[in-house]
Amino acid sequence: MAVENRKQQLLSRIATNDGHGENSPYFHGWDAYEKNRFHPTQNRNGVIQMGLAENQLCFDLIEKWIKENPKASICTPEGVNEFKEIAIFQDYHGLKAFREAVAKFMGKVRGNRVTFDPNRIVMSGGATGANETIMFCLADPGDAFLVPSPYYPAFDRDLGWRTRAQIVPVNCSSSNDFQLTRAAVEEAYEKALESNINVKGLLLTNPSNPLGTTLERETLKALVTFVNEKNIHLVCDEIYSATTFTPSRFVSVAEVMQEVEHCNPDLIHIIYSLSKDLGLPGFRVGIVYSYNDAVVSCARKMSSFGLVSSQSQHFLAALLSDEEFIDNFLSESSKRLAKRYRFLTEGLKKVRVSYVESDAGLFFWMDLRRLLMEQTFDAELELWRVIVDDVKLNVSPGYSFHVSEPGWFRVCFANMDDETVKVALNRIQAFVQTGNGTTEASP
Amino acid sequence: MAANLRNQNQLLSKMAIGDGHGENSSYFDGWKAYDKYPYHPEERPDGVIQMGLAENQLCFDLIQDWLMKNPEASICSPDGVLNFKDTAIFSDYHGLPEFREAIAKFMGKVRGDRVKFDPDRIVMSGGATGAQETIAFCLADPGDAFLVPTPYYPGFDRVLTWRTGVQLVPVFCASSNNFKITKSALEAAYGKAQELNIRVKGLLITNPSNPLGTILDRETLKEIVRFINEKNIHLVCDEIYAATVFTNQHNFVSVSEVIEEDTERNRDLIHIVYSLSKDMGLPGFRVGIVYSYNDAVVNCARKMSSFGLVSSQTQHLIAAMLSDDEFVDRFIAKSKELLDKRRKFFTEGLEQVKIDCLNGNASLFKRMDFRRLLKDQSFEAEMELLRVIINEIKLNVSPSSFFHCSEPGWFRVCIANMDDSTMEVDLLRITYFMLQNRYRNKVVKVPTKKQRQQSSLKRSLSRRKMEDFM
Repeated sequence: MAVENRKQQLLSRIATNDGHGENSPYFHGWDAYEKNRFHPTQNRNGVIQMGLAENQLCFDLIEKWIKENPKASICTPEGVNEFKEIAIFQDYHGLKAFREAVAKFMGKVRGNRVTFDPNRIVMSGGATGANETIMFCLADPGDAFLVPSPYYPAFDRDLGWRTRAQIVPVNCSSSNDFQLTRAAVEEAYEKALESNINVKGLLLTNPSNPLGTTLERETLKALVTFVNEKNIHLVCDEIYSATTFTPSRFVSVAEVMQEVEHCNPDLIHIIYSLSKDLGLPGFRVGIVYSYNDAVVSCARKMSSFGLVSSQSQHFLAALLSDEEFIDNFLSESSKRLAKRYRFLTEGLKKVRVSYVESDAGLFFWMDLRRLLMEQTFDAELELWRVIVDDVKLNVSPGYSFHVSEPGWFRVCFANMDDETVKVALNRIQAFVQTGNGTTEASP
Repeated sequence: MAANLRNQNQLLSKMAIGDGHGENSSYFDGWKAYDKYPYHPEERPDGVIQMGLAENQLCFDLIQDWLMKNPEASICSPDGVLNFKDTAIFSDYHGLPEFREAIAKFMGKVRGDRVKFDPDRIVMSGGATGAQETIAFCLADPGDAFLVPTPYYPGFDRVLTWRTGVQLVPVFCASSNNFKITKSALEAAYGKAQELNIRVKGLLITNPSNPLGTILDRETLKEIVRFINEKNIHLVCDEIYAATVFTNQHNFVSVSEVIEEDTERNRDLIHIVYSLSKDMGLPGFRVGIVYSYNDAVVNCARKMSSFGLVSSQTQHLIAAMLSDDEFVDRFIAKSKELLDKRRKFFTEGLEQVKIDCLNGNASLFKRMDFRRLLKDQSFEAEMELLRVIINEIKLNVSPSSFFHCSEPGWFRVCIANMDDSTMEVDLLRITYFMLQNRYRNKVVKVPTKKQRQQSSLKRSLSRRKMEDFM
């Protein structure tokens, strides 16, 4: 014990606290999956991974494009003449072609209703790095950001671990399908002020993780107005913007800010990434897009800590500049996601499992409240262990998303093939219908 | 305007409005001059030559040749595309196992296979920049300090301190003993920190050194390990130039070798920062590595690596390349040979105009001794000379003051980031400058008529043989 203590003093407080968030039970499901992975032919009894928000539905399109565009790679005979120039390029402004392509892509995803300035595109180490960077730019240690709950579990780490900023949740409830209202934000804001917490901004994830819902235009306008009144920042994490089931229907803060009178652009910032919309999390493409020049400047300097590999910048610049490919990709991706969502949710309806109706995302928010022994988080955890260990589905319990009521589960559906989805649905239906050891309200 | 600024100051974090990023320093003047008007042999022969960038551009043909023979190394080639999906969705912060194994093997080879590295201790980061910051976050709290021998890489001021809140305490080294890191210098710095009530958490050394281009001998390294054990502080060894050691007589001694021999020392205090940016010349790929002998640090750094993982596309390529033993052996040997050749060409050229360099045997640069050209031994005089070098001779070089060196007059020149003909132009310009100086100061000899004609002409220097000026 004494040795442990001595060891502990050797390291920083950040290294020895739990700010990384990985001691949460959220990770039990991951372990179970790693130990016994489902495979449609080789291991049909394995655990199906439904806890990973990945978009695997359109790789065929990208792979076809790669075969037709060998110049996009600096490692092919067609592209190798650029190898040296790209391999030595470490300018934190990023390749111009990359920034232009990302800006154009972001515009297309929003139906070209807004255009993005390539000079405001700043790189970061994935959305993870982007969220941390924006906090370093906007908040001092101890400052707070309002974050509507339920929210992405890793925000605790990304927004608060090394930055020492804090999250003040804005609790949304099932009474209105967890919709965010200006009133709820206002209430959380006032309460924080009363507790002497310095609120620097509001962070929205739109489309929402874990709900999969998008904010109505009027709500977004109300929130933009709110932050302007209080002179606090608005950070919009729009990493799921192209996962809307109807292509290009996503309403971004970029559009709305133009409609709000006297909106101070210095308060508005967008977090983006290619991990969800394009399904390329491995490439670590995070983007900070700010309308505040000082933030662009600062974030760009910080991007040295997590630049996008120039090899990947080069490839993506080519991919995203191919307008015909991108238009087709966005349209196909929306179709396939919508189809997957409908297949699962209609299947759930048949066994009277309800969920929050959504129009985007790689997941949906399932209601299993009636299966809880009692309406507590302990009961939720128990139910979850049954789902992971017996039903063999790694879904994510609501608790890990800081939701205020037990019984909700996030179910990811875009990270598997059609066969696996069928098996997953059958398992949920069987479980709900037979009870499998838990109580069930009469139908 | 003032109101706007005031508003901004309240809106943003202290970090964002402060100068901790370090970019307002005059370090960047030469860079700005270069960006404005960079040298090009045909289009801008009188442009600024970049000698401030420590890059290794000598072995690209070897890499390109390898790529053509190994198409499956790229997930974007017809041969490699079957790996595209699995790689593109891979964002596990442990990194691809084959990537870690290849890096561990490469690190061993660079140290002549005198030590082995454990792939499970290989942790990724956003370049060496990310690696250094991560280590600081793991080891130190805001207000804590790291001892850093001077002269040191200016980027440390930002990378180690800006977002971490950590501070740097210099360990002063002097030219009188070739800037050796002595026990007394370490003790002095440590003592000074104690007096100021600053908690020292560790010592950071760069070996091979930037900007000196020297390597630590085994005895000094052992002395350093003894020192940090006595004080129970960490030792972070930035070994990013490990493969740039020139000659075979001076083997690079890594801290990893020293602790293998000296088993009494506390391994929990030892950490290595590595990268492929210098040794392989691939800075754009952002391959930073934290290698720690402390399990808790490996764990913590790995969690932090999410903020700056290496692109899986790049991991895949590097894994293939560095697993090819034959290629790696050939690359390391060729790189050393070409660096040696380049260094020799440069230093011999300088000798002809009686410029000395610090006796180094590693790295991508040399340190020129311009002390006798200074008006006086002050940093103001050094800045004056720098302005002449940038604006008149049109070379972007880096003076002592940028590296927190205690003595003015030393200029670091990078010699591996250009082709042979540009190197020739560099030498011509330096030679021309030295001859001009001699003419001005009447130091060595009366210039010939030819030299006078040349010095009085303000024409741009084109490619010529050095002999024309002698």
